[in-house]
Amino acid sequence: MRLLTHNMLACNIKGVTNGYPLGLEAEKWVEKEVDFNADFLRGVFPKIEWRALVGAARALGFPDLLPEDAPDPSVLSSSDDFLRRFHRALLELHVEEGALVCPETGRRFPISKGIPNMLLHEDEV
Amino acid sequence: MPRPELQAPPEIFYNETEARKYTTSSRIIEVQARISTRALELLNLPSDGIPRLLLDIGCGSGLSGETLSENGHHWIGYDISQSMLNIALEREAEGDLLLSDVGQGLGMRPGVIDGAISISAVQWLCYADKSSHEPRARLKAFFGSLYRCLARGARAVLQLYSENMDQSEMIMKAAMRAGFAGGVVVDYPHSTKARKAYLVLTCGPSSMQTSLPKGKGEDCEDCSDGDESDDDNSETVGIYDRHRPTKRLKLNKKKGKGKAWLLKKKEQMRNKGYTVPPDTKYTGRKRKNHF
Repeated sequence: MRLLTHNMLACNIKGVTNGYPLGLEAEKWVEKEVDFNADFLRGVFPKIEWRALVGAARALGFPDLLPEDAPDPSVLSSSDDFLRRFHRALLELHVEEGALVCPETGRRFPISKGIPNMLLHEDEV
Repeated sequence: MPRPELQAPPEIFYNETEARKYTTSSRIIEVQARISTRALELLNLPSDGIPRLLLDIGCGSGLSGETLSENGHHWIGYDISQSMLNIALEREAEGDLLLSDVGQGLGMRPGVIDGAISISAVQWLCYADKSSHEPRARLKAFFGSLYRCLARGARAVLQLYSENMDQSEMIMKAAMRAGFAGGVVVDYPHSTKARKAYLVLTCGPSSMQTSLPKGKGEDCEDCSDGDESDDDNSETVGIYDRHRPTKRLKLNKKKGKGKAWLLKKKEQMRNKGYTVPPDTKYTGRKRKNHF
């Protein structure tokens, strides 16, 4: 699971109002090379929850890969270095084993072989 | 063959053996690729070459996602069958995979997805496989969450095999209730095999852009020269009718194995040392009909 997907996912349990961002517990992660495309990054940037992305990168052990606060969108066209870091954090880091944790209920969604198990129990629907 | 939907719930039906078919059968792979190419076409993404973030609902072994990856898009796949997802891992699907039941909702943040495709998956939601399942509620949860997570003006293309009219109506109504505009596009409506129905939905109010594209092969001429019809022609149609007189069937049958075969056999037996009647003009002839 890439951090891009983690950034989009919210807890789906019925009655949970504050199910975002899901906490990330990473036991194992890998880095896979992905084609760099600046246009995609510029398109997806406004949709990213910056705090959640920084938090997820920190959980993988990259505390200073990304700046703490969301940068101004102008940096996307000016700084290639920033784009590279953003690309790496968003698309190249894959969580293989671990869990996603709902911030409200503490429910754990285990991740195995890179696939989060988001199936809900009957009483959670 | 009965419909897979009637046999078992999807997480049971798509077991190891069924999932294995999706890597070994070249026909399944080809059909899936063709449908997903068409779905991507119907999605009508702007042709500026920028990759988009798409959803693949019921991604299974990632065959449809492969088409998306080939076109450079990033995708997130949903499926309920662990075996199918294992195959997707084997095939090194490039998108992210989620083990999830879409009837429970997609669980995405609002407005972040640029489009969604689904190949032969949504009709599964029409079946109540567990006592807690209520098809209408599941369809509502699915379409509601899909509507929320799509960006304004984004499209969703769902290819489905509905069992009957009631079922497609139920799916359609659920989509409309969630706020989608759109309708059904049918490719090759005159062919039984090549016929494919796509539910093309647009997020947001209807406008000029939401007018439905035309289905392929709607006129009969197109139907005959499309590449789809080729395999229709090669298919032999067997008619089994128990009222058909058996006499005609018998006429087509070959009578016995022929004189040449008989002579050869006799020769073989002679070589082995058996006593065999001599070959005459009566050898291999049919006996007269006596009373």
